[in-house]
Amino acid sequence: MKLKRLVSFVLLALALAALIAPAQRAAAQKPTPSDDDVNRIAHQLYCPVCENTPLDVCPTEACRQWRDLIRQQLSQGWTEDQIKQYFVEQYGVRVLSEPPRTGLNWLVYVLPPLAIIAGAVLLLRAMRSWTKQPSATKSAEPDQQAPKDEYVRRLEEELKNRK
Amino acid sequence: MLAEIGYGILVIAFVVALYSVGAAVYGERKQLPAVVESARRAMLLLWPLITLAAASLILLLVGNHFEVSFVYEVTSRNMPTYLKITAWWGGQAGSLVFWSWLMSAFASLVTLRKWDRDREFLPWVIVVTSITTAFFLGLVVFYENPFARYWQTPDGQVLTSMFAPLNAVAMLPPDGRGLNPLLRHPGMIIHPPMLYLGFVSFVIPYAFAIAALITGRTDDRWIRLTRRWTLWAWLFLSFGLVLGSRWAYDVLGWGGFWGWDPVEIAALMPWLTGTAFLHSVMIQEKRGLLKQWNVILIILTYALVIFGTFLTRSGVLSSVHAFAQSAIGPAFFAFIGATFITSIGLLIYRWPDLRGETELKSMLSREALFLLNNLLFMSVLVVCFWGVIFPLISELVTGQKVTVGPPFYNRATAPLFASLMLLMGIAPLSAWGKSTVQTLGRAIWKPAVAALVVTVLLDFFYTRLAIALLGFYLVALVILVTLYEYWRGAHARQKTRGENFFAAFGRLTARNPRRYGGYFVHISMMLMAVGIMGINMFQKETQGTLPVNGDLKLGEYTVKYESIAQFNAVDNRQVTRAVVGVYDNKGNYLGELHPRIDYYPDAQQNMTIPGERATMRDDLYVLLVDWQPATATGATFKIFVNPLVNWLWIGALIFALGILIAVLIPDRETERVVVTRAQPAQQSSAAD
Repeated sequence: MKLKRLVSFVLLALALAALIAPAQRAAAQKPTPSDDDVNRIAHQLYCPVCENTPLDVCPTEACRQWRDLIRQQLSQGWTEDQIKQYFVEQYGVRVLSEPPRTGLNWLVYVLPPLAIIAGAVLLLRAMRSWTKQPSATKSAEPDQQAPKDEYVRRLEEELKNRK
Repeated sequence: MLAEIGYGILVIAFVVALYSVGAAVYGERKQLPAVVESARRAMLLLWPLITLAAASLILLLVGNHFEVSFVYEVTSRNMPTYLKITAWWGGQAGSLVFWSWLMSAFASLVTLRKWDRDREFLPWVIVVTSITTAFFLGLVVFYENPFARYWQTPDGQVLTSMFAPLNAVAMLPPDGRGLNPLLRHPGMIIHPPMLYLGFVSFVIPYAFAIAALITGRTDDRWIRLTRRWTLWAWLFLSFGLVLGSRWAYDVLGWGGFWGWDPVEIAALMPWLTGTAFLHSVMIQEKRGLLKQWNVILIILTYALVIFGTFLTRSGVLSSVHAFAQSAIGPAFFAFIGATFITSIGLLIYRWPDLRGETELKSMLSREALFLLNNLLFMSVLVVCFWGVIFPLISELVTGQKVTVGPPFYNRATAPLFASLMLLMGIAPLSAWGKSTVQTLGRAIWKPAVAALVVTVLLDFFYTRLAIALLGFYLVALVILVTLYEYWRGAHARQKTRGENFFAAFGRLTARNPRRYGGYFVHISMMLMAVGIMGINMFQKETQGTLPVNGDLKLGEYTVKYESIAQFNAVDNRQVTRAVVGVYDNKGNYLGELHPRIDYYPDAQQNMTIPGERATMRDDLYVLLVDWQPATATGATFKIFVNPLVNWLWIGALIFALGILIAVLIPDRETERVVVTRAQPAQQSSAAD
């Protein structure tokens, strides 16, 4: 019932909008939507009942019905955003493939870059401190290095000489 | 009877594991070698014990003992025997036993080695591996008992417990529920063992790291001792990931192999830290730097191994509430917390001893570039970890469930992976210690120009997509740099020693298997990158309902619906199999494919199995989505063209080859003694 009411409400809204917006009129006159049209939108939505399954590939009967609903909505001239909005209102934001950029959800987008920048700064500072370290071990180092890495060093030396 | 025996043995194994922990600590503290030896033997007893328990479980599975609830959950009468055996790891309780079994096997292998001058590590390696085994055994003994049986009380209630509740009688269901159809696939038979092997073998380097921290022997000995373990762990884990992807591609029927599902990410995270670890230990070995960081990395890897198991086993992913209700969730959480805090505590305690020995000479040196590599791997880890954790935080804080899906991960990780590829192109040409822009530039300009030529050709003949061209440029750069580096080495040998080119090539690899095995791995990664880019950037799909003889066009293929048939397979599956003809755009017949839907009545579940036509250029992947049973005249097909995807699998095989080179050929640098003893014939070449 609720769905029917919503559909009729949206249709009414669309009819009104069609009077002033030619773009909307074009959408309303759309021919029968193809499977690909349906899948394109279903792909951006997540199955409201299964875990982490996009709606276009979910094999359950419920998802088949939801895809039919998308087809119906498309044939009634709904736009992609309206269909997504409908699913969000019905089943919550978990149907979107990413959290909407509001409130706490901003953390998803902000925290990783901040952490990465912090990591880069830390690394840079650490590298600086290592380059500035007193070179007490410097004289001992080549001897210590030589037996370990002799082949690589010699190979590289040979190659340098060839140039 | 078998159930009682199995459970009894598990309880004994649990006690033995605890004893081995206690004895190892006591023997070490009191300096009693006999007690440490007793701990070692107790540890060695674990594997045979768990093997016996597992054997009882397998007998129950194969013998249709549906009174055992685990057997009921994962098998049914009509399942073939091999699937009944592999159902061992097809459910929660069994897979925990499987984990402990593998853990004890690896722990035994490492305890059996000759300890000689590393004897001080032994007790602590026993402690770490035994605690880990004991934890998993504890889970099965106390929470997830695979031997628990069904009982019926006089008022008709069905209970699950090990021993008969008061007045209850044993209940024997006539048939089991059967293994989840998704898991009845060869890929699923090998994938979990591979992944678990990767997981448990990473415990070994961790155990040595902890032993090094406790004993204060903080030089790079622990790293050298565990180098091969780490490589094996990495091989297993990588293969576990690849097999999982292949399984998803062949069985899940959505045209792809990686969906950034939290379960996939759970296995990827330890791989990321493990890969960073593999690189950064080289800096410690060569330059004495990064000791603290290496310990952090292996601690993280261990924590992520347990965390990955926790994510997939505790139900936390479906909802935080499912986690709170699951018995093992909180136990896992406590274990991860306790081991992590203890490890970090030890690290802080030894922090001053783990300072670097040398200085960093140049920002372009190999070690500096390796540090960047580590930063990038850690960045991918941050993205993955946060993406998996955030939905849980959101649900906990606001009660709102959110999905963090592929768009988030693709956007965040693509630049990081691209940077890693660029590093892979530069780092092999830079030298340890000191590198300058001039030396690096001199080495890299030829491959860089050649890669540009390749990219221009691709621009003309393959794609105009800028982002794809950038990706292909990086791939070409890495492959050419690696080949050039290989050629330079072989050519130098050829010139100085008069060997023929191929002999020089082989000797070079044998002389430094880790380095050249690593190059194989780099090349293989690039081939895999080609596959991943292909499917992500160029995948095409279409869907349509066709009458018989109707066709559907996609890209350069035409798929023609020829017929459909329904029949019952031997394992009681109801198969609906379509026959479609495949033609190219000139109308040439290329062959037929058989997409099908398998219906499993016992599980009441459909499986959509694609028909695939694989070539080097692309995969044609046809799914039977729906059909009309009454008339058999119409069927809906979904078709994908997945360009270049097969390079992923080819890359995976070369990857294994690279690792095997690095693991199996004795490394002259780290195992000089072994080499001179084992291969006297090569002495001369070693000396030259």
